[in-house]
Amino acid sequence: MTALLSLSAVSKRFRGLVAVDRVSFAVPRGIIFAVIGPNGAGKTTLFNMIAGAMPPDDGSITFDGEAIDRLPADEVCRRGIARTFQIVRPFPALSVEDNVTIGALLHRRDVGAARQRAQALLRRLDLFDLRERPASTLTLPDRKRLEVARALATEPQLLLLDEVMAGLRPTETDRMVAILQALNLQSGLTVLLIEHVMRAVMALASRVLVLDHGTAVAEGAPQEIVRNPAVVQSYLGAEAP
Amino acid sequence: MMLRSLGPASWRSGGLIAGLLAAALAAPWLVNDYLLTVLIIILYFAYAGQAWNIMTGFAGQLSLGHAVYVGLGAYVAAALFTRFGIAPWIALLAVIPVAMACGAIIGFLAFRFGVTGVYFAILTIAFAEFARVGFDHWDLVNASSGLFLPVKQYAHNDLWLLRGDPTMFYYVILAATVLAFALCFALRRSRVGYFWLAIREDEQAARAAGVATFRYKMYAVMASAAVTSFAGVFYAFFYNNLFPEQVFGISRSIEIILGPVIGGIGTLFGPILGAFVLTGLAEALNAGLAAFGLDLPGAKQLLYGFCLLIVVVALPEGVWPPLARRLGVTGVGK
Repeated sequence: MTALLSLSAVSKRFRGLVAVDRVSFAVPRGIIFAVIGPNGAGKTTLFNMIAGAMPPDDGSITFDGEAIDRLPADEVCRRGIARTFQIVRPFPALSVEDNVTIGALLHRRDVGAARQRAQALLRRLDLFDLRERPASTLTLPDRKRLEVARALATEPQLLLLDEVMAGLRPTETDRMVAILQALNLQSGLTVLLIEHVMRAVMALASRVLVLDHGTAVAEGAPQEIVRNPAVVQSYLGAEAP
Repeated sequence: MMLRSLGPASWRSGGLIAGLLAAALAAPWLVNDYLLTVLIIILYFAYAGQAWNIMTGFAGQLSLGHAVYVGLGAYVAAALFTRFGIAPWIALLAVIPVAMACGAIIGFLAFRFGVTGVYFAILTIAFAEFARVGFDHWDLVNASSGLFLPVKQYAHNDLWLLRGDPTMFYYVILAATVLAFALCFALRRSRVGYFWLAIREDEQAARAAGVATFRYKMYAVMASAAVTSFAGVFYAFFYNNLFPEQVFGISRSIEIILGPVIGGIGTLFGPILGAFVLTGLAEALNAGLAAFGLDLPGAKQLLYGFCLLIVVVALPEGVWPPLARRLGVTGVGK
């Protein structure tokens, strides 16, 4: 099976700093793939390049057989990649339902149909009762789920989640894990997530890439990764046995 | 779908609109000529403010140079009328494309090269100033000596040529204001309208949700320019004289945006309410100062500014949003 997303020697420099250094990996269709690494490892920069928010300096990004590394963010989304932001960015003055409706309008011309789709997603993400509230009044966990709902509304083939578990309580994390697992199983949605919460990574991901100082130091199944000495050294902490 | 979603708030606001419209239709029989002229000016600002609101209130692109579209509309229609006797309604076929082209040029330069925020606003002012200086030296439209429309005594109102008494002009601008309101109501609930709000709220997040921001910002500028240009046509035929200093001046642009700012940016009733509040305030101050026999130069402007300050400080969202909550029509005029 060919990969849905593949990166080949992708690099990004900010002035002198090499944020992402010749990173290559492939995400097969239908799996949940996690990118982990310490703060400043280049995870969000990697996401921004995949999502079209910034072009890579070198290397290529291929999605569904086509190069996407020079496309603007909105075109990348239309091709089927939706994202959330690490620091959540809902449309603050708009209602929860309007936020998601905007995503659903990407592939629908009829506002009524988009609204119905938005309501279905809000039910799924436990936000239906809050649908008339302005997004700015939501708590952080609710805003995180709202971002996921808005991204899903664009009907992506690949969902990029940038630390959606951060700041959630364990029960909320479990709920989010359950939602993502259900989406992955039922609709075959491919998920690429950046995550610090190892509990979620272990529960969700079937494959993990470890970034450190912009380079990929390890890749494999989660159980292998947590036993990998290089990973333990760079990420989980040198004091680990 | 539409009918099912009509809650009590929708019925109340429907009643509000019907009541206001009935009062507006009856106004020429209820007020004297002076007040009728005041109402014409109010509706002119309500219309132009509604047009400006499309671009700034909906799509979040701050224009401080809307006089350029008013001026182009006024000059194109007046020139076609005085030189070729072309009726203003036919002239719209030229006026609207000219205004849209001007909007497209400003939009393209700004959005293609990443000019945003205050820099975008400055660009809009620059274009209005270019136009002012350009028309001031353009002999075809009589340059700085001004373009005049022939004023004659008309035996009857000629709606086709927009020549007639204030009552006719009143109904023309009332119809235009109602149409602009209906247009904005429809736009606000359309796919384009949702994309505009997304851009206004967070442009980067809008792009991440697949909104082609460049294209939709261009639509906003061009739609706003097209609607605004008719305000210029009306201005030319109502006042019968055009001077570049006046129609393209920055104060003309500021006048247009004060209504929606005071009424509530991005709301449908805001521009209308704001125009009433502002013009009403100016007239009330005139009457009040005259009644007290005060004739200090600048006293009116000072008081006017002071009153605006109070409104802005007390009601930062504008007058309409809190009023809408009080009337129980929240969410409808938004």
